Formats: sequence, structure tokens, C-alpha cells
Amino acid sequence: MSITWYLCVSAIVFCTGVGGVLTRRNPLVVLLSLELMLNAANLALVAFARAHGNQEGQIFALIVMVVAACEVAVGLGLIVALYRRRLPIDVDELRELQG
Amino acid sequence: MAEVTFFFAAIVALAGAFGTVLLRNPFYSVLALVCHLLGLAALFLLLRAEFVAAAQVIVYAGAVMVLYVFVVAYVGGQDKPLSPRHGPGMRAIAILFSGALLVEFAFAVLGSSLSVLDGEGTGFFSAFGSPAQIGEQFLTKFLLVFEIASLLLLVAAVGAVILARRRSGLDDPRELSVADLLRSQESGTLTDAERGSLQEAAGPPGR
Amino acid sequence: MGLETFGWLILLCPLAGCVVISLGAKLWPEGAPGWIGTAAIAASFASSIGALFALEDLGEEERQVVTVAWDYASTAGVDAQLSLLLDPLSIFMALTVSGVSTLIHLYSVSYMRSDRGYTRFFAYLNFFVFSMLLLVLAGNFLLLIVGWAFVGAASYLLISYWYRRTTATRAGIKAFVINVIGDIGLVLGTYFIFKGSGSLDFLTTFDSVEESFSRNDGDLVAGCIGLLVGAFAKSAQVPLHTWLPDAMEGPTPVSALIHAATMVTAGVYLIARMHPLFEQAPTAADVGAIVGCATLVIAATIALVVTDLKRVIAYSTMSQIGYMIMAVSSFAYTAGLFHLMTHAFFKALLFMAAGSVIAAMAGNQNLDEMGGFRRAMPFTFGCMVIGGLALSGVPPFSGFFSKDEILAYVAARDDWHVALAGLGFVGSLLTAIYTFRMIFRAFLGDPVEPARDLEQGHLYHAPEHTNPATGEVEDTDVGFPGADHHIAEQEGSMKVAMGCLAVLAIVGGFLQIPGVTEVLHHFLEPTFADSAYYEELHPSDGLTALGLFTGTVLALGGIALAYHLWVRTPDAPGSLRAKLAPVHSFFFNKWYFDEIINTLIVRPFAWFGRFGRNTFERIVISGLFVGGTTGAVRAGSAAVRAAQSGYLRYYAALLLLGVTVLGAYFLLAGS
Repeated sequence: MSITWYLCVSAIVFCTGVGGVLTRRNPLVVLLSLELMLNAANLALVAFARAHGNQEGQIFALIVMVVAACEVAVGLGLIVALYRRRLPIDVDELRELQG
Repeated sequence: MAEVTFFFAAIVALAGAFGTVLLRNPFYSVLALVCHLLGLAALFLLLRAEFVAAAQVIVYAGAVMVLYVFVVAYVGGQDKPLSPRHGPGMRAIAILFSGALLVEFAFAVLGSSLSVLDGEGTGFFSAFGSPAQIGEQFLTKFLLVFEIASLLLLVAAVGAVILARRRSGLDDPRELSVADLLRSQESGTLTDAERGSLQEAAGPPGR
Repeated sequence: MGLETFGWLILLCPLAGCVVISLGAKLWPEGAPGWIGTAAIAASFASSIGALFALEDLGEEERQVVTVAWDYASTAGVDAQLSLLLDPLSIFMALTVSGVSTLIHLYSVSYMRSDRGYTRFFAYLNFFVFSMLLLVLAGNFLLLIVGWAFVGAASYLLISYWYRRTTATRAGIKAFVINVIGDIGLVLGTYFIFKGSGSLDFLTTFDSVEESFSRNDGDLVAGCIGLLVGAFAKSAQVPLHTWLPDAMEGPTPVSALIHAATMVTAGVYLIARMHPLFEQAPTAADVGAIVGCATLVIAATIALVVTDLKRVIAYSTMSQIGYMIMAVSSFAYTAGLFHLMTHAFFKALLFMAAGSVIAAMAGNQNLDEMGGFRRAMPFTFGCMVIGGLALSGVPPFSGFFSKDEILAYVAARDDWHVALAGLGFVGSLLTAIYTFRMIFRAFLGDPVEPARDLEQGHLYHAPEHTNPATGEVEDTDVGFPGADHHIAEQEGSMKVAMGCLAVLAIVGGFLQIPGVTEVLHHFLEPTFADSAYYEELHPSDGLTALGLFTGTVLALGGIALAYHLWVRTPDAPGSLRAKLAPVHSFFFNKWYFDEIINTLIVRPFAWFGRFGRNTFERIVISGLFVGGTTGAVRAGSAAVRAAQSGYLRYYAALLLLGVTVLGAYFLLAGS
């Protein structure tokens, strides 16, 4: 399989993630869609690593995984804090920062 | 053989992706994402990235998703929306934007003249993608990146703990909360503005 | 010390006086500002004398000295300099101005003693003298305009000196506005002259007038008419004269200084100084002569019927300035300037005496309520009579020589100027009549109550202080006249000042007796050497003798007529007024100039101003421009603010849009 196929899969997954971020109101699902986008990027990176024949892409993908993990930790912590304060878990309701 | 595996894994990944976005119940979304991750791990294996695939399964699907499951269990999905949707009608725009992005990627990938994309990749040595190779790279060429990543993990851990801890003092169960009022009756005494306000986030008065 | 040093000292002493008085305003002990001011002007007068001697030391050909302190050419682009022109004409004017000013300052030291604004008065007065000296000593058009404007400003400050009186402030504004109209004329005139000659410097312009302009060149006539407008406004000639009678709202020393001896003579000085230009544009000079003649007749007729003592003298000033303007516009320079000098003496004397009488009347200026002060105020009476005789032109007083010389010279110009001279003689008759009408009414006849009080030795005090013009009750605080009044008989400095002027009014004429002593004519020759008329225009001896004789006859006849009407048969004026009622009311209403100007000019401008404020300002400027701009900005910012909706998904959409566009750009750029 040529690399192009992998890249196509990556593109489709990424755009699905975009659709999810824009559409869903539950912040948990928004974070999940964000994970989708990160994973799509990972796939592209690994595909190019294979294409070029060195491992730099794979290392990059590992670091992306680390970052994703951190971001998830903090994000979920925020959601838990919101739930504790009995605020609505809905991104449309949380709009204090408006002009 | 490789093609079949590829298509199978790709379909699993795509199905998982669509499921994450389209399923209503957040718990089901989490499960769909796990499925997607496993599909992706298979794709990594096809690309001779063994360590990455392993890390994906163990770390991502195994740890991060478990965290997600716990939080979803705690928070729960609200099946019934609190108020009629008064945000912007985003469905059409979302499809439009993501469609536009997809078209753009298609152009980039299919229409580009990068020769490297046409082949299966350059030749590789037998230990390509093995843990030993990855480890050697981490400790020599990408040492700084490695250290910074670990620092980042520390910061995130500390941050998560601070964000999610209880305030000093205990919740008084006798105190009414706004959400209780809202859940019990549709029309509350609060206005829209006060519902999402920081005043409420600070907790009931007296803390 | 050289001529140039004296020149700068003349200018800087009054300025220093003003600054010193102002800076130490809170510190001076009682009466100090008056003496400081007087000393400053006396120093200026001494410098003028020094300059006179220094000038005489120079040779005949070198008597026009320009001294430059600063050259503005590098910034202004034209040859503008801070330069003084010291020549016989300017020294003559400086001597007259500083000399008479010293005496008036001396008079004011006592006269204004009980006024709460004493310091302010002397600061303003010194500033005025500085500006007038700047005007006469200026060496180029720029400084002339600066001095002109300062003089107008000082006049405003001094007319509305008792600033809490609305009549005074209104008079000050009227004077200032009319002066500004004159300023505009002056500046426009300067522009036209500069256009032709290319230089702002006096001597350069005068030397090149023949090359720059042809005879009666359009630009030059326009320029000279502009200068004339300025001269008319400053010297209160018709039709820009309406401010002068109202300017009598100021204190009497102010009237004496500004509106008799110095400021109003600035127009005469201007025409005399610009004589090369006027000789090259005789049309403009003719306009000046006609206006001067018209003014002298109109003002004399009004003075016959006015009942306010100071206003009689004001109209008399207007009339006499008319004589001077007529003279210098007919190129009879020596005669005009000689009359300027003698007029300064006897008019200031008349005003001072009038001030003394008004003080005895506790501020009341109405002639109808005065009478019989002869026994109570002999010194004042004597001074007034001397001034009146000089004004009427009775020999051997100074006015006789100067006024009749003017008329002889004007008549000697042949053509239609003879008619002007004839009207001038009519004016002389009227002058004698109204002057002695004033004197007889105020001093002869039965003594009124204030006169009787004064004969018994105490000064009359009015039961309550009122505005003499409107009768409004006022107090004696700052901004109003003080509670006490000072008359000449009781104040030494007033006596000294009036005495000096009386002596000068008597002997001043001997400076320029036609045919006998031509001191002034020779003195002024270096200035007027380039004039075609200075030596040539000379009335024959026969004409001169005829003029002198006619003048004497008219003066004595007028005095006799006045005596007959107002002393012998006191009821005659009343019946005469009844018989000639329409004529009387026409004169009494000042030939309706105020009403005409009000209808033609003041009302349309006021309407325009109101229109501008209510309609234009409100709707167009505030509504459209300012309101529109702010509305547009507000709408724009509201539109932009809508982007900050607070919705997370909205922000994410925008982010993705941006990324897409960026990616598209790179795709297209790379392909």
C-alpha cells in the first residue's frame, strides 16, 4: 500500500474530529473529538516516517501521545471541577468570556 | 495480505471515528474511540512502527481512555438537554468546514507531486521501529525533547490534581444548589445570565 | 549714547514700567504704581529728547536711521525684522506721545487715587504707551501692524476699565470690533503694497514706489484704501466713528490720553508716514481728504446738541482729527502734524479740566445739570478757557496757527480742494460755538448744588452711586469707580499737569508761525524729502493772511454767538430747538449712524451667528459629522463585538476556517 492511502485515512479521521468539535455540546465529547484529530496527526507522522525510512516521525508521534495525555488530564480535571460546582456541562452555557 | 489487513484496520478506525462523533451517549462515544485506537494500532503495525503501536494500545487505549471512562461515569451524560439549543445552528457550518478541509487535504495528498507518496516507502533495516531503536534515538538525538516531555507530564499531573480537588471544608448537604432547583422544575428563579456566571462557580455564599 | 540706544530706550521704558507694576501688583504700597508708571514714561520722554539731540547731530542726509534687533527672515521668508525707523517724523511723534503721556500719568496719580484698581490702571496705561510708541517707531509693516493691534487691545482694556458696568464693557467691545475692522483693512492694504514692492521694510518700499507701481495703479490704490480703512477706524472717521463717543465710558485720563492725544492720531501718522504711496495714488488721497472733511462737519454739528460733557469733547476730537486727515491727505504734512501736536496739548487739557468738573459733580456728566462752577473752581475754569480758546483758534493760542495753516494749505491746492477748505472754515465757526456753549453752560450761570457745596469748601457726594449714562445704582467696589472724587483745586499733581499743558497750549503755536518761524517744517524735511509737494505746496502770503484773518473772525464770532445764546438770553436755545426740532433731533441722534450700522451690519451678522449655532452647528456639525462619526464607530465596534460571542464552538469554527484558508494559500502558492 502506498503511503497515500494512509494519508487519506488520516485526512478523513481529522475532518471527522473537526466535525465533532464543532457539533457536539458535551465538553467530554468535544475532548474526544480532539483526541481523534491528534490521532490522525499521529497516523500521518508514522506514515511519513515509514516513507522516509527514519524514525523521527515515530518519535514525534510518541511525543504527541504524551502531550495528548497531559491535555486530557487537565481537560478532564476541568470538567470534574465544573461538575463539582454544579455548573451545566454544556459548552453553549459556559460563555462568560463574551464581549 | 497487507492490503486486506490495511482495509480492515482502516474500516475499523473510520467506524470508530464516526461513532465517536455521532453517538449520543458519551459513554458509547468513549467506547467507539477505543475501537478507533485499536484500529489505528493495527495501521501502525502495518507501517512497521511496533513500539508506537504498543504505546498506543497500552498508554492511549489503556490509560487515557480508562481515565475518560472514569470521568464519564462520574459526570454522566445528560440525556436531556437543559435548555433548548440557543447556540448557533452549527450543524450545517460544521459539515461545510470539515468538508472544505477534507477537500483541501485531498488536493494536498492526491494532487501533490511528492514522489515519496507513491511508493511503499524506502527500504528499511530489520530493527526499524523496534523499542531499542526508539530508545536509542530518545537518549541521543532527542534527549532534550524527552526531558521536556517528562517535565510536561509533571506539570499536567500537578495541574490536574489542583483542578479537581475539593475546596477546603466539606459540602454541606443541607444547602440547596442551583442545579437541584433546575432539575426539579423547569423554570428557575434565576435568569439566563446568572446560570453560567462565575458567581455561581464560586459556590454558595458562606464559603 | 547713540541714537539707536535712545530709540530702543524710548520703546522699552514703558514696557518695563508695565512689567514691573504687574509683577509686583500685590506688593506695592499705596500709590507706588502711579509713580512707577509716571517715572517710566518720563524716562521714555527723556530718551526721546536724547534721541532728538542725537538726530540733530547727524548730517542732513543721514537723518533716517533704521536699527534692527532681530531678523525674522529666516523663519518668515520675507524680509521681516524687529526694526525701528528713527527719523524726524517718528521722533516728533515719540516726543508728543511720551510728553503728553507723562503729564496725563501725573494727573492720574491723584485722579484715580481712590479707585480700587489703581495698579491695574497704571499697568494698562503703560502698556498702551508702549504700544503707541511701537506703532510710531516701527520700521516695517509687520511691526506697524503689531503696534496697531496692541493699541487696539490696550484701548479695549482701558475703555472697559470699570468692567462691572455693562455700558463700559459694551463700549469696549464696540471699540474693539471697529478697530479690528480697521486692522483687517490695514493688513489687506499691506498685502497689496507688498505684492507690488516685494518688501515689508518702509524705506525699501518708499524708495521703490516709482518702479513698483504706476501712477494710480490698481494694486496701489487698493492698498492705500486698505490703509485708509485702518486709519479711519483708529482715528474715528465716518463711517467707522461710532465707537469714539461710547468710549467716553472709560475714566477721564484714558479719554485724555487715548482718545484725544495719541491713539486717534495714529491714522494721521499712518497717512503721513505712507506719503510716497499716497502721492503715487492720488485717488486714495482724495478719498481721505473727502472723508476727513465730511467727518469734521458731521462731528461739529453733533457736538452742538450733545448734552454729555465728555461727549462734546469727544466729537470735538473727531472733528479736529478730520482736519488733520484732510490736511495730510491733501499733502500738507507739516500743517497736519503741527495741528496734531497742538491738538494733543489743548485737547488733553480740556479733558483734564472736564474730569475735574465731573469729579466735583460726583460722577455726573450731564451738561443740563451743571452750571456756575466759575467761582468754585477758578483753576479748572481758567484751564478750560485756555483750552477752549486754543481749540477755537483764537490768536495767539496754538490752535489758531495750526488750524488756519491747514485750511490755507488745503485751499492752496487749487481745484476742488478749495471747497474742502471752505467747509473747514464752516467747521471752525461751529467749533467755536460748541466749545464755548460747553464752557458757558458748565461754568457760568447760577451755581448748582455741587458748585455751592464746593464754594463752602466741601466736595459734593451723591446720595447713591449711579451709572451716569443709565442711572443704574452701583457700588464702589473693584470694577466700579471709587467712592471719592478728586478735583484739580485740591490735588497738586493734577494742577502741575494741567498747568504744563495750559502753558504749552498757549505757546505751542509759536513753533510754526507761517512765514516767521518754520521750525517744524525744517525739522521734518528729511522725512518728506521725497515728496513732490513738501516744498512746492505753499500758499501765497496773501492766501495765508486771508486764512488767518477769516479764522480769527469766525472764532471770535462764534464765541460771541455762544455768549449771546447761552449767557445773555438763556431761553433762546430752548426756543431755537423747538423751532428747528427735526434738525435738532437729527443731530442729537448722531445722524442715525448707529441705527444704520445696526440694521445693515449688526443684525445680519447676529442672525447669521444664531443660524450658525442653532441650525448649522446643531444639525450638521454635531449631528452629522460628530454624531455620524461616533455612530459609525459605535456601529463598527458593535459589529466586531458580535464576534466575541462566548460560544466555544463558534471560536473553534473560526479557528478552523483560518487554518483552511492558510492551507489553501500554501497549496496554491506551492503549485
